[in-house]
Formats: sequence, structure tokens, C-alpha cells
Amino acid sequence: MTEQVLVKDKEIVVPGEKLAIGMSFLPGSGAYRDSEHIVAQRLGMVSVEGKVIKLIALSGKYLPKIKDKIVGKVIDVLMTGWRMELNSPYSAVMTLKDATSEFIARGADLRQYYDLGDYVVCQVVNVTSQKLVDVSMRGPGLQKLRGGRVVEVSPQKVPRIVGKEGSMVAMIKQATGCEIIVGQNGWIWLSGEPEGEVVAEQAIRKIEQEAHLGGLTDRMATWLGDKTGKSVAPRGGAQ
Amino acid sequence: MYQEQKAHLLRALVKNVRYDGRKALEFRQITVEYGISASAEGSARVRIGGTEVLAGVKLDLGKPYPDTPDKGNLMVNAELLPMSNPKFETGPPGEQATEIARVVDRAIRESKCIDVHKLCIKEGELVWGVNIDICSMNDEGNLQDAACLAALAALKDARLPKMTENNEIDYEAKKTDEKLPIAREPVEVTVVKVGEHFFVDLLSDEEILIEARLTVAVTEKGTICALQKGGQAQLSVDDIDKMVEIAQKLAPSLRKAL
Repeated sequence: MTEQVLVKDKEIVVPGEKLAIGMSFLPGSGAYRDSEHIVAQRLGMVSVEGKVIKLIALSGKYLPKIKDKIVGKVIDVLMTGWRMELNSPYSAVMTLKDATSEFIARGADLRQYYDLGDYVVCQVVNVTSQKLVDVSMRGPGLQKLRGGRVVEVSPQKVPRIVGKEGSMVAMIKQATGCEIIVGQNGWIWLSGEPEGEVVAEQAIRKIEQEAHLGGLTDRMATWLGDKTGKSVAPRGGAQ
Repeated sequence: MYQEQKAHLLRALVKNVRYDGRKALEFRQITVEYGISASAEGSARVRIGGTEVLAGVKLDLGKPYPDTPDKGNLMVNAELLPMSNPKFETGPPGEQATEIARVVDRAIRESKCIDVHKLCIKEGELVWGVNIDICSMNDEGNLQDAACLAALAALKDARLPKMTENNEIDYEAKKTDEKLPIAREPVEVTVVKVGEHFFVDLLSDEEILIEARLTVAVTEKGTICALQKGGQAQLSVDDIDKMVEIAQKLAPSLRKAL
């Protein structure tokens, strides 16, 4: 049997579609081996890099990855920590040690630190093969989120919302005067003046819808300018 | 968290800016689709923003109740499907589902929306029974108003089925062109009081703010035909006057969607 790639590079495939035949190919992320075939695991765009065939996912829930900065929601207070929801099939645990730099006395009521329903920015520190996830709040910028609102977007669209070196999100911040924190898991927290928040949310929705189109940054600059009546220019800058 | 969230929402509401940018007394966009089910005698889908509710009307033949021998029967049932909100569970109807069904029932019954005398075929023996079933497809808040609008739309869409000679429904035959005898068109508007402010058409996210709510059913002439109070806080006579006035003012805009 000849060894060959069965799809074109950048082609869009559906789960179960055969991508390549032959034992010399290797499945990358979003693909797996089924005897001599490489098969797509999810809806995505094929990317062939030599012998490695991987998929760039176009849809689906968030899959936790080490070092990702995410927005999490406390769903349970445990004996020695908190359980977090991550907009993912898997939930994460944050232990006492990782939660705060404060001293927590033995037997303290953990709800005074993080209570059910609280949103926090945290970082994924470990993901096991069985998808047990650990998150930590030790690090710069990792904090509890007070007030504001959380907007959910597709995790695949997050890079477009952040923009190159955070340019897109910086532009929305500048135009609307909102504080914005984008979690890699697709949860975006924003807080500011009521009018600004509404515009910021609309902007995020617009980016999500038009993520596949080119020239987005310039279009968003014009759109934000029209909405807020400020002159908005795209610019680089750290998020 | 809820306290902080509440304070944040409240700060916006005081400025007359809602979570989605609307004004305090503004409804989301309402759309109504008729005839979405072939097997029901009448059906409708109502969308208020992201909230989506289906209603179906089934007609059956049966005996009238002994105390109303010359009137048709009416029954309203609501089901909140678990797929429409993570808070909803399967099993027997909960508090909210029961409330929605009963308040819609009250609006339709007490407004004399259906001319029940015309549903009588033979006094004391045979009448039409009208069964309205309401299902939530997606809950983004304000199911109550959507449910009532959907029920009314389904009633307006309903056509009587054909009857056989021995007074049974002939499901094989096509439905007749005869409509249900609709005399009035009640719609419900739920007005919510938060602090000193009044709001309508709350989003799910805003529902944590509710201190007191009043559902007012209004006919096309502005007559009040049903009321339902909810929430912990009390309402003064003055509050109720204001809330009823708001409902009367907004009801035509809902009816326009039909």
C-alpha cells in the first residue's frame, strides 16, 4: 500500500475523516492513529508539517493547556482548596498553597477567600493524561474578579480577540474605558462604565463573528470610533 | 460574589443602561412564528431576544364539568426543558413551571379570551377541550411574558379538526378552516421593581436583582385580567398603580408582534 496524505494542506475536515495512510505519518494535536490511517478527531483545518499531520480546531470546548491564563469560576469549596469551572469538559482544583500568598489558618472558612460563584484569573500549572487539572493564582496579574461581567466566546476565537501582541484588546480598552481580561478558555471578564461595557461586549461579539475575515483590526477601529465617537487607532501594545 | 455582581448591575440600571444596552422599559426584539407543528391544532414559536418558547394547542372532545355544562374546557400546562437552562431538571414540574402555567391560564380564562360557550356542542354531554402546552426552548429571561404570548399565538393559529358522525375527531381528514372563538387577546407584561426603579423584560443575568415583580395581563382595551406578585419585597398601592400603568403602556407593543 502506498503511503500518502489523503487531504490537501489547509483543507477543512470533519471528525472521522481519514487524513493520511501509512505508518510513517505521525498524528499531531486533533488527530489520532487508527491502524495505518491518521484520522481527524475534530472539526478543523489540516496542517501538514513534514510527516506530522495536525489539525487547527475550528470549534469545540476549551482543552486545558499548561501555562494558559484563564478565567475560572468557583463551583465548590473543598477541604483543602477550591474546584473551578473552566468552560471545559474538565474542572480544575486550586489548592490552598496555590490560592493566595496570605496565611490561611487551620480550620479557616475558605469561603471568605473565594466563595461559590466567584470568578478569578488563574493559570493552569498541571494537566495529567487523565485530564486532572491544577490551577494556581500565584503570579503577576492573577486575582479575584470583582463585579463586572463575564462574556463567553469560542476558545478558538480568543487569539483574534487578543490580536497581535494584544493590539485588538488594547484598542477596545482604549475606546470603551473598560478593564478587560481575556482568558484562553474563552471567558472574558470586563468591567467599566455601563455604556462602555455594552460597546465592549458588542465589539467582542463582532470580532467573534468576523474572526475569519481579513483586515479586522482596521474595521474594528472604524466601528469602535463610530460607536464611541472617539478617534480609535490600531496600535501595538502588551495586553 | 452575588453582592458584588448585584451592586455592579444596579449601578448600570440606575443610569438607565441595561446589561445589553437597552432602556429600563424596553423589550427585546419579539418574533412570532405560526404553525410550527403539523400534529397540533395550533402552534407557535415566540422569541423575545434569545428566549424561545413553543406553545401548542390540542383540541379534544369530552364531557363538560358538572358546574359548567354549557362551556368548553381549558387546560394550560408548561414544561421547562432542561436543555433550555442548566437550572431546570427533568421530572415533575417545579415551582416556576407551575407558576407560568397557572398565570397564563389565569390570563386566558379570566379575560374570557376564548368564548367557551361556543365550544359547547351538546350541553352537558359534549364540548371541546382546549389544551395548551408550553415548552421552553431557551431561557434567557422573561419566560412568563414569552409563554403567554406563545399561548395566545397558538390559540389564534388553531383550526378545529373534522368530526365524524359519531362525534369523534377524524384525525385522517384535513383540519377545517374554522378558528377557535377568540374574543379577547390578553398579553402579560412582567414589571420588576428594584429599589425605586421599574424594569421590564429582564435577562437571566439580571434576575438576581429582582426585589418584587408583578405580572399584569392586559387585554387590547387595556383591561387588567390577571395579576401575579412575586419576589420578597412588598409593593405599595402607589407601586402597583405605576406597574400596571407600565404594563398597559407596553402591552400593545407585544401584541403588535402577533
